[in-house]
Amino acid sequence: MSTAAWEPVVGLEIHVQLKTRTKMFCRCSNGFGGDPNTQTCPVCLGFPGALPIVNRRAVEWTVKLGLALDCEIASHAVFARKNYFYPDLPKGYQISQYDLPSCINGTVLVPTPEGDHEIGIVRAHLEEDAAKSTHIGGGTGRIGGASTTLVDFNRGGTPLVEIVSGPDIHSSEDARRFLQLLRQTIVELGISDAEMEKGTLRVDANVSVRPAGSDELRTRCELKNMNSFRFVAQGIEAEVTRQIAIYESGGAVVQETYDFDAASGTLTARRSKEEADDYRYFPEPDLVPVEPPAELVERLRAELPESPARRIRRIERELDLDRAVVLVTGGLDRLWQATVAAGADRIAASNLIANRLAGVDGDAVDPAELAKLVEARERIPRTALDEALAQVAEPGFAADPYLAQEAVSDAAELEPIVDRILEANPGQVAAYRGGKEGLLGYFVGQVMKETGGKANARAVSELVRGKLL
Amino acid sequence: MIDTLRLTAEEALGLLERKAVSSAELHQAYLNAIGERDGELHCYLRTVEEAEGDGVPIALKDVISTKGLETTAGSKILAGYVPVFDATVAARCRAAGLPVIGKTNTDEFAMGSSTENSAYGPTHNPWDPTRVPGGSGGGTAAAVSAGLAPWGLGSDTGGSIKQPSALCGNVGLRPTYGTVSRYGVVAFASSLDQIGPVAKNVRDCARLYAIVAGKDPADSTTVDVPAVELPEAESLAGLRIGVPKEMNEAEGIEPGVSAAVQRAIELARELGAEVGECELPRSVEYGLACYYLIAPAEASSNLARYDGVRYGLRVDADTYYGMVERTRDAGFGDEPKRRIMLGTYALSAGYYDAYYGQAQRVRTLIAQEHAAAFERFDVLVSPTSPTVAFRLGEKAADPLAMYLSDLLTIPSCMAGLPGLNVPCGLSDGLPVGLQLIGPQLSENMLFRAGHALERALGFDPVPERLR
Repeated sequence: MSTAAWEPVVGLEIHVQLKTRTKMFCRCSNGFGGDPNTQTCPVCLGFPGALPIVNRRAVEWTVKLGLALDCEIASHAVFARKNYFYPDLPKGYQISQYDLPSCINGTVLVPTPEGDHEIGIVRAHLEEDAAKSTHIGGGTGRIGGASTTLVDFNRGGTPLVEIVSGPDIHSSEDARRFLQLLRQTIVELGISDAEMEKGTLRVDANVSVRPAGSDELRTRCELKNMNSFRFVAQGIEAEVTRQIAIYESGGAVVQETYDFDAASGTLTARRSKEEADDYRYFPEPDLVPVEPPAELVERLRAELPESPARRIRRIERELDLDRAVVLVTGGLDRLWQATVAAGADRIAASNLIANRLAGVDGDAVDPAELAKLVEARERIPRTALDEALAQVAEPGFAADPYLAQEAVSDAAELEPIVDRILEANPGQVAAYRGGKEGLLGYFVGQVMKETGGKANARAVSELVRGKLL
Repeated sequence: MIDTLRLTAEEALGLLERKAVSSAELHQAYLNAIGERDGELHCYLRTVEEAEGDGVPIALKDVISTKGLETTAGSKILAGYVPVFDATVAARCRAAGLPVIGKTNTDEFAMGSSTENSAYGPTHNPWDPTRVPGGSGGGTAAAVSAGLAPWGLGSDTGGSIKQPSALCGNVGLRPTYGTVSRYGVVAFASSLDQIGPVAKNVRDCARLYAIVAGKDPADSTTVDVPAVELPEAESLAGLRIGVPKEMNEAEGIEPGVSAAVQRAIELARELGAEVGECELPRSVEYGLACYYLIAPAEASSNLARYDGVRYGLRVDADTYYGMVERTRDAGFGDEPKRRIMLGTYALSAGYYDAYYGQAQRVRTLIAQEHAAAFERFDVLVSPTSPTVAFRLGEKAADPLAMYLSDLLTIPSCMAGLPGLNVPCGLSDGLPVGLQLIGPQLSENMLFRAGHALERALGFDPVPERLR
């Protein structure tokens, strides 16, 4: 069978670290930084007799997230103890919701070119994070064989929401779209920074494959340690390829956990189970059940912002799906809308915002000023546009000083430079003439360099095109 | 000259208020008594030389965390552990000005019925030092009886306050679950553990309960508690007393114990109470079995934190898991090991429903059975312990025989109900305890009933050999 004959089946487990002011079960500061073991107390260090107290804000935020994921909110959720020994687990158990989580049966609709893909949310539950272990010696970075393990309890007991999707994801692209959307939802709720690089968003993937058209669920493997969306996609692809190869050579997939190595893009099986399989869950007797009042749930529901998925579909009608996705998952769609409302061209504004303002706080930008830059983007020198865009989110930014500069469009002034560039690059010229029209950008870039960014890009490209006819 | 054997906490308070003595003098008087008698009895694991506070001194069971004062829970694994914080009950005693005399002996992690399971050696019964004081709170109970403390705090999971009080002849209250904060008290079985007072009489018990009871933001399982009323009345007119058949006729109740309890019930009738028989068949038949699933299950998890990583004993090894194994092997005694194994098994995948889950369902039945009895009666009575104090070593080799010591105290603990032990006479020269069980939050009623009975019974709480 070929690859196309197999369908990947992927479920994701996402851990989101909530940015509450204090930890899940004590009043220690829930912030990064600080010297090791300075944000600790008897509760999060598991001293004898210390008892947990539920962080009310964390419960509210979990409910809020559950509502955003279209979940049923449990009127009676229960914390349980998950028992195992590990140095970063001071009580010998992790407090986590188990058989009665706060949120169940949700759905995320992921807009795709083929329509909305419906990804089920099996559950979203609240738990506490473990502390951070550093294993020294032994060479594996794991506890087996390590001569010393250092533990920083600052992270211990910080609130985590674990979101478990159904096995409804069938491609790495689907996984990426879903994660982008989920991340944006979380960020917009204001409950977490949800940054994979910082570990405030962590993704594990359960991956299996099955013959296309079948609805069986085969043995799955768990992928861990993928710290960007790109790596999640790469990891899934590598694992799917591996499993297909096993089945096609008549083998059987063995359930195992793999670590993704970003440098080589490969998967490494964990040598052995370091933790016991039997967690001996039982209801946490030190806590009472979580029973959010119906009025609270309704108030939180009323406060929900319009979902990113819905905004993507709305904006798609004015642009196209890809542009809508980029704007919304970049958190820049509101800025785009305001900029368009201020008179900017829809497509031009979308391109400029998506390509040049990624990572910028859209709320800090004055759309009227940005609209001026969109309008003048080809007329002013590229350096002026770059400088303006670098400053656009600063308080009191005004576009006018940049608009006063004019890019060089005068053919008489540009022509000698263009000629010089073409002469200096005979190979590229030949290639262009041979059909590699993508090299146009290269020539324009060279001219820009030569003119210190002051040339009008459109004028240059027209000149180049004319000369190479 | 302060006679610590006779002095009640209320009398001591009177002396302090009249400035007849200072708190420091009182404290010193108890230290002197300890110097005199604790060599034989071994009630204290450590004492505090300087009185801190201006109130009536108090003894604290060594499961209660005391800031700056070693707290071991009777275990080697916590040897040298000095808490950086006070348990809420310790903080409330401190706030009320009660100086801590010392930390009293307990079965290791409060697991036991004789105090013989302490890693630091057994406590002896002041009435007969060849006998046990009961457990796990044998240290506090024996200290109060022997005049080594006017009052003290214990913890009760399945009878660890009531049973030693019965065997030592003093008054002990296991309060309603949730009325006294567990914060900072070394956990044994969280859904059962309760802190409570031990004293020479019911009024002292009520006074101490008033100091420690009440909702605590640090313990989510605590509730608001009705204001405590000091009992005055000597009549029991109108009180409906239920005598659960199974708890008064259970196999193993010594005839002398039955006789003393019967006399107390007769006396209650003379004081105006209506007495009737009732039944708690499931509570008695299944109570003990369920308890020995639920308590060890929770204990197996609660004791997981003693891993040698952060405090207490550490026995080094080449690997982390090796260190944990060796630390726990060296640090825990036989009884905690036994219960950790029982509990781990009861919670294991595939057994949870049959053991822990089933025990929790039966626990609900036990609570319902008690609730039904309280529709007809205000209070239920039975012996607290089936026997008087037994000899040291008598049951030490037979855990099951030891577990039966708590047969009559366990059912109401499982139902979260308050229970009061009031001494009601002697059998073979040893104290017999009467157990009074009330509905949830009925402590004031228990104090009233216990006080009236205590007055009428006229029991002398000072051990005969010390008079």
